[in-house]
Amino acid sequence: MSEALCREGAAWVSAVTGTRWVGVIGLEVHAQLATNSKLFCSCEVRFGAPPNSLTCPVCTGQPGSLPVLNAAALGLAVRTALAVGADVAAESKFDRKHYFYCDIPKNYQISQYDRPFCTGGGIRLASGRFVRLTRIHLEEDAGKAIHDRGEHTLVDLNRAGVALIESVSEADLETPEEAVEYLEALKEIIRYAGAGEADMEKGQLRCDVNVSVRPEGEAWRTKVEIKNLNSFRHVREALEYEIPRQIEAYESGESARLPRQETRLFDASAGVTRTMRTKEEARDYRYFTEPDLPPITLTEAFVERQRGLLCELPQARRRRYREELGLSEYDARVLTGTREVADYFEAVARLCGRPKEAANWVANDLSRALADPEVAAGSIDELPVKPFDLAELIELVAAGTINTTGAREVLGLMVAGSGSPREIVAERGLEQVDDEASLEAWCREALEGREQVAADVRAGRTKAIGAVVGPVMKASGGKANPQRVREILLRLIAEDDQPRP
Amino acid sequence: MTDPERDLVRHTAALARLELDEAEVDRLAPQFAAILRHFRVLESVEVDDAEPMTGASGVRDVLRADEVRPSLAPDAVLGNAPRSSDGFYVVPKTVGGEE
Amino acid sequence: MTGAEGADACDLRAAILAGERSAAETLEASLAAIEERDGELGAFLSVERDTARARAIELDRRRAADPGAAAGALFGVPVAVKANLCMEGVTTPCGSRMLANYRAPYTATCVRRLLDADAIVVGVTNMDEFAMGSSSEHSAFGPTRNPWDLTRAPGGSSSGSAAAVAAGMVPVALGSDTGGSVRQPAALCGVGGFKPTYGRVSRHGLIAFGSSLDQVGPLARSVRDLERILGVISGHDPLDATSLPLPPIEPERPDRPERLDGLRVGVAAEYVGADLDAEVRTAVEAALEKLEELGAEAVEVRLPHTVHAIPTYYVVATAEASSNLARFDGVGFGARTEGDGSLQGMFAATREGAFGDEVKRRILLGTFVLSEGYHDAWYGRALRVRALLRRDFERAFEKVDVICGPTSPTPAFPLGERAGDPLAMYASDTLTVPTSLAGLPAVSVPCGFASGAADSPLPVGLQIIGPALADARVLRVAAAFESATEHHRPAPTSAGDGR
Repeated sequence: MSEALCREGAAWVSAVTGTRWVGVIGLEVHAQLATNSKLFCSCEVRFGAPPNSLTCPVCTGQPGSLPVLNAAALGLAVRTALAVGADVAAESKFDRKHYFYCDIPKNYQISQYDRPFCTGGGIRLASGRFVRLTRIHLEEDAGKAIHDRGEHTLVDLNRAGVALIESVSEADLETPEEAVEYLEALKEIIRYAGAGEADMEKGQLRCDVNVSVRPEGEAWRTKVEIKNLNSFRHVREALEYEIPRQIEAYESGESARLPRQETRLFDASAGVTRTMRTKEEARDYRYFTEPDLPPITLTEAFVERQRGLLCELPQARRRRYREELGLSEYDARVLTGTREVADYFEAVARLCGRPKEAANWVANDLSRALADPEVAAGSIDELPVKPFDLAELIELVAAGTINTTGAREVLGLMVAGSGSPREIVAERGLEQVDDEASLEAWCREALEGREQVAADVRAGRTKAIGAVVGPVMKASGGKANPQRVREILLRLIAEDDQPRP
Repeated sequence: MTDPERDLVRHTAALARLELDEAEVDRLAPQFAAILRHFRVLESVEVDDAEPMTGASGVRDVLRADEVRPSLAPDAVLGNAPRSSDGFYVVPKTVGGEE
Repeated sequence: MTGAEGADACDLRAAILAGERSAAETLEASLAAIEERDGELGAFLSVERDTARARAIELDRRRAADPGAAAGALFGVPVAVKANLCMEGVTTPCGSRMLANYRAPYTATCVRRLLDADAIVVGVTNMDEFAMGSSSEHSAFGPTRNPWDLTRAPGGSSSGSAAAVAAGMVPVALGSDTGGSVRQPAALCGVGGFKPTYGRVSRHGLIAFGSSLDQVGPLARSVRDLERILGVISGHDPLDATSLPLPPIEPERPDRPERLDGLRVGVAAEYVGADLDAEVRTAVEAALEKLEELGAEAVEVRLPHTVHAIPTYYVVATAEASSNLARFDGVGFGARTEGDGSLQGMFAATREGAFGDEVKRRILLGTFVLSEGYHDAWYGRALRVRALLRRDFERAFEKVDVICGPTSPTPAFPLGERAGDPLAMYASDTLTVPTSLAGLPAVSVPCGFASGAADSPLPVGLQIIGPALADARVLRVAAAFESATEHHRPAPTSAGDGR
């Protein structure tokens, strides 16, 4: 950004004219669906296979081959639509979109034009801004054209025909930061819906941006499309370059520089966008209804079945955790980090009936274990500690059978696969000692020589008792019930205050 | 002086990636124009109460189970390619990012 | 001829199963007829002698090893297939320089079913390039000649299949019909040709021309052979999403197959208009009288949108064709010309060099009617007129069981007569495209002769059209007509010694 512009919140303010400029941003996001086979043929969907090893007559566009729609792709697409609150159409169909390029073997892409399977819906950002979705449609992916190996372009069609959903947002976003937040939220929804991995590294999530600028309060101006954005960072960087570029062009007043309707490419290494084609060269896609694929009815029963398969979305879960379970925002966020952790937590909470304790154990101790490279668990589901086991451990603590210190030790053993909490506690003799005589003996011993503590307590500073609880716990080998120890100590100090017989 | 019939043929040919030479344009343009003139009769048909007929078999909702079946051996597919190398189709260098 | 006087596929199979002749002998007779006749006819683009012989020997061995074992419905029957049907290991040139060397890596469902029924594919037949044409003159490999008069066109685009059956080189062949490409050459060559209800025969492996119109159909010298082939190739195919979820077409077996009592036969004034050839009119009128003799009742019907069928068809079919043929770009298969060294330049040079004029004309027309600013007025409107054409038929079929008329407005025309005039060529399809647009079943069967030149009479075809799914009814009417007439018996005089 040049010195003539400075960011103030969502606006770019011109030092020359004082004009407050804002961005007008819409996103088109392509996400691969996590199906076993491609959208219109039975070839496997797999990343990293040898080139052209996952192809057949259909996905290579051999003459005479015909597409047949993958039922699972339709289901996952509908689930995503439901997750963003979109309206699922009663009827949908496919269309052919024509353009000539070496990575689409038929020189048309099977997509959806005027009857997408869903319209509407949207995503709410942390600021409260609601980003509307225009539509989501299903389409087939292109193959991969490789330009950086030798003097020719090489084409690999393994990816050709993989199921994609394209989500098109309204131009409701204003800043690069919001664009990234929207993308992250969409990614989270796709993952939560079980629709896809949405891993940008693997090219499972790709994004085109529409962007224009306008002085605050004024009407929209000419929009520019930016393609080839392969990471969240690229989206941010491209917008951070493009928005000031357009503002400066308008501020310059030079008609030759004015933004025109065009498609630009982001050059990640230079951090700039460049003209790819102008409006005059715009594509004429010649859409028409795909005659090889009959129309699709999305019955209420089908949509409801997909809704049943859709788990609660992270935003809704976090709200419920805070409002109904009384968890902190921090815990709610940690617990909804992945769908597996949230499902796990809910199972534990349900089994033991103590959501706060369950939250503590899952968010802290278990998450630590999960992060431990020695444990080598890829996800929480791979830990040997099942929700039932953790619930049992929480119950043991609640019942006073073991104390928290002991429970941590037990959990460590559980993570190492040593058995159920009850078995471990029994085998290792970790039960709390509640026996009054033993506890009193340890307490008397500990009080000896700690007259000051007794004096403080008598003076009303009961907190001081902590200094004696520690030695008692140590003497008991950690097995003393700290609550009982506290009670006994207070009683002994009080008794000591009485005149001796 | 431009000839609109010839321009239309050139524009359409470019869209269709047909590289017509001038002699072909000379030959095809009048034929193309004659066909369009003849077909203009469609404009006179009263179609307001007709829905577009996009398919002929009337079947609907044809879906396939999401099952993987073996792909073809790369050689079987690449064997038909005019140029291939190391398991890839080979085409003239292009800048990329077309779509 | 295939070696036995007047024998059709059903006879040949029966003779092989009865041990009267072997599959190998049957095949050799077919190969000999091809050898003798095809030099002048040009019906075949390739003859698969070696694989066919190996297969015949295998069939005979199987038969010898276990004479009681089940034999396929086309056991040992030599069959020719149109050059737009994919078959693994065989070149499928589709009448085009573009695919001159294309060997599909898979087999079309209809061909697979022929093979599963123990048929022997003897060769691949000539056709107008990408099935676009009505005369064979648009084949990149030269025209096929009409066996009845070598100076005339055999019709098209299933030209080679019709000529091969008419000349007795094979008893049956597969063609494809988009706007009449099975029925019209059948009529012009004096054989039977059937276009099924859209969706009854799988299009998997049929190189697409107009996807919403294309149907594979058989050509044969007897109606029962048409029925037999359809019984093999029709029926649901999960690899074609537009395939109807129905079992194969079963022939109707009426108590009195020779009679048509109670059948209401529709006659449309629009099909016997002023531009109909006088001799064709005479033959078709005689055929209608014959049907009445058999007990049918003639009923006048109106098909008012017929006059718009040709423009509607050429807009819809070329739009789909422009899309279907976009894939031929020099990357994955087919011909390639490098051009100016750029990718798009290679595409354009490849397409320029390997497509013929008619294909280019149709790609241009189809691209135009889909392009921005013209789409709604042309393509969109044509789809609506298409619906009206279908509605015409639906209304007519409320009153009648079948509709009969000529297949082609003229008998075989001289090669070269229409080649330079696309609109005159398109007019050849006037009577066949309405049923294609409506997706209906229709058959062409021989119904007489026009005088032609000198001593070579030219066959005339009767077209029998049924409502959707009434494929078997259409064939039953054709069978009754065939059994009451002799029009299917004469063979072209030039058709070799065997006849």
